[in-house]
Amino acid sequence: MSVFTPATEADVADIVRDARTRKAPLNIVGGGTRAGLGRPAASGDTLSTAALSGITLYEPAEMVISAKAGTPLREIEAALDEKAQILPFESMDFRALYGTTGEPTIGGVAASGASGPRRVQSGAARDQLIGVRFVNGRGEMVKSGGRVVKNVTGLDLVKINGGALGTLGVLTEVTFKLTPAPRDSATLVFEGLDDPRAVACLCAAMGSPFEVGGAAHLPAGVGGDVARTVLRIEHFPESVAYRCDKLDAALADFGVPARLDHAATRAIWRDIRDVVPLAEPRDRAIWKISVAPTLAPGVVASIARGINARWFYDWSGGLVWLATPAEGDCGAAIIRAAVATTTGHATLIRAPDEARAAVDVFQPLPEALMKLTRGLKASFDPDGLLNAGRMYAGV
Amino acid sequence: MTHIAFPPPDPAILARREEIIAGLAALLPPECVITSDNERRAYETDALTAYRRVPLAVVLPRSTEEVSAVLRYLNGAGVKVVPRGAGTSLSGGAIPQEDAVVVGVSKLNRILDVDYANRVARVQAGVTNLGITDAIMADGFFYAPDPSSQLACTIAGNIGMNSGGAHCLKHGVTTNHILGVRMVLIDGTILDIGGAQLDAPGLDLLGLIVGHEGQLGVVTEATVRILRATEGARPVLFGFDHIEDAGACVADVIGNGIVPVAMEFMDKLAIEITEAFAHAGYPLDVEAMLIIEVEGSDTEIDAQLARIVEIAKRHNVRTIRESQSAMEAALIWKGRKSAFGATGRVADYICMDGTAPLGRLAYVLKRTDEIVKGYGLRVANVFHAGDGNMHPLIMYNVNDPAEQDKAERAGNDILKLCVEVGGCLTGEHGVGIEKRDLMLFQFDQTDLDQQMRARAVFDPKWLLNPSKVFPLDGRIA
Repeated sequence: MSVFTPATEADVADIVRDARTRKAPLNIVGGGTRAGLGRPAASGDTLSTAALSGITLYEPAEMVISAKAGTPLREIEAALDEKAQILPFESMDFRALYGTTGEPTIGGVAASGASGPRRVQSGAARDQLIGVRFVNGRGEMVKSGGRVVKNVTGLDLVKINGGALGTLGVLTEVTFKLTPAPRDSATLVFEGLDDPRAVACLCAAMGSPFEVGGAAHLPAGVGGDVARTVLRIEHFPESVAYRCDKLDAALADFGVPARLDHAATRAIWRDIRDVVPLAEPRDRAIWKISVAPTLAPGVVASIARGINARWFYDWSGGLVWLATPAEGDCGAAIIRAAVATTTGHATLIRAPDEARAAVDVFQPLPEALMKLTRGLKASFDPDGLLNAGRMYAGV
Repeated sequence: MTHIAFPPPDPAILARREEIIAGLAALLPPECVITSDNERRAYETDALTAYRRVPLAVVLPRSTEEVSAVLRYLNGAGVKVVPRGAGTSLSGGAIPQEDAVVVGVSKLNRILDVDYANRVARVQAGVTNLGITDAIMADGFFYAPDPSSQLACTIAGNIGMNSGGAHCLKHGVTTNHILGVRMVLIDGTILDIGGAQLDAPGLDLLGLIVGHEGQLGVVTEATVRILRATEGARPVLFGFDHIEDAGACVADVIGNGIVPVAMEFMDKLAIEITEAFAHAGYPLDVEAMLIIEVEGSDTEIDAQLARIVEIAKRHNVRTIRESQSAMEAALIWKGRKSAFGATGRVADYICMDGTAPLGRLAYVLKRTDEIVKGYGLRVANVFHAGDGNMHPLIMYNVNDPAEQDKAERAGNDILKLCVEVGGCLTGEHGVGIEKRDLMLFQFDQTDLDQQMRARAVFDPKWLLNPSKVFPLDGRIA
């Protein structure tokens, strides 16, 4: 099995065209920190984006950055830090969960579409991804979107490539919009709420005029002995203080919250972002459940009646991280049955390769959507060369 | 004389008109099928009024199931379909063709569910943009994208064009606010994608569907995010003697970590025209004006404004006028949002929609002026300064074919300029027919081929809004 490390987009195109001639599938890797995401990679050659590296455009006054796909996220964040800007969707770092080493790349961030706690207020990775360049399965260099945030020219191929896990094309360059880094932040911590009360508290906060930018609930025994319901406020210092006071008053029914300062706020939300509270024990499977917030406690209670699980809530309750024994189907049947009562879905994020090969990692789709999915895959990658089967078997 | 070509109508379809109408009449009650010459004419154009085509027929289904039945029938009969919301497209996205049936969503106009705890609303796609906000405003919530046509335009149309608006700087555009759709494919298949949660499983089909310009299907319902309004908001007018200063001020505000909810730009001519119409108190003695709106409590607004005023002073701001009341604030926005309409009272115009990188705005404005003057015409500029989405209004006489030709040529030159400096052809109005033939200025044929291949997965026979978006030559299925 060969490893290709192209240094230019044209080289990527050559490699894909050659692979097409040989009918030899390609596994695309960036930093390899989230290799456990999706269905296991099939055997085949590897195309690494490591040599496609470097920031190609950074305009702080336009709040936009472009970089080649293999650029380490650390390098991007260092550049943004100098101008006090951020990628607002707070991309999850998978190293804690997977125990991987190496450096996450900006291409991996785009391809996995992973968004952190701020998603609930500021949008997802897909919302900030405004331009891509990629090589499709025909070995053609294709662009969509661009560097300006307002752009509706043509069919949007940007978002569908974000989160496609490299199944539609090899991302070679990505462009994200940015926001100013919050000048200050604080976290309100309510203690001792049960799940339904906690989610009610989170939803009340999100429905307030105070632009809460993080709303999570860590039940007792997950990251601490006492249940903690946490709300993050980010703004200029005077607004942070004002909004915390107003939220204290508005949420008085849920108790008197403690308040964490900027540094403590950064620490706790980094842990929530990276699912640190469930990272150990390592032999547990990890699920991500996406559901309307108010339905989440019911879905979780229903799952907990069937399997031994631990969990916490992010996104006002709309994102549930759930750890289950990594045995059999890792709880898939019970979890998917519980989720089926909603429009939501469940993804198996961490499990041994055998489990991820046997269980539907992503929510099985109705046939009409599966047909579109297969059709779109073929429209980008007619011979199924690129990361084949990483999302769905045969796609 | 028209500049933009329509494909010649298919005579075989025209010859089968009675049969096709009978087929539709078997599926829908008479009040939902429009066939008379007079009534069809009401659908012959949209807001790109220089182009008109009377459709074969118009149908106004009352349910997703009726839309499905209609599309299944038309697909089987090989008849083209032009989806229509309220017909407010500025790019001709809803203009019919003689051999096509218009499928309008105007009877799908109910708000189905409002869920404040989960901050979502489920609406039928014919609900107007403002209709959502009106229904939830009393409870302190709103639907964020706010195109100037929001009183009339529908969510179906907003999804079709990925519509923006003045407040997108902070809140984003339609694609950032659609969590789910119910959509009917050309073969009648009904799809449900997404829902009340913040993401949908699998490939991001919603990302592809929003902005599809009526080419992938007919959206009949949507689940949209609704947001809680901040405690207050205050628009402030900043007048400048030089356009360059206004542009530099915008960049500096953002560079200082402030993202106001809106930053709108108007040049002298646009100020004069809108002030005469709206009496909003716009300064008439400046070359450029910014409307900057900030949000929060009164104290927060004061603090934010103090920061912005300090920045504006560094850029030689001449006049600053704060709205002193809710009524004054409303007037300021009324002026901005009626800018197109007010211009229409003065002259016929075409409204361009290119986006330029912020750093090139001053240059693009200068070149825009030179280009339009070069054709002997006038231009007023109103646009979203925070995101570089320009709206030059090129004024001309619609009854003078030579002037229309000049206006269109000037518009095309401006859009090419936007692309040359790193921007794009359309920021929020869509390609429609208007910019269809300019697509190769922004894209390579390879880029367009990939878009068309994705399109063909949904509509392999090119029956849905077929004369739009992609140049008529070089199409692939």
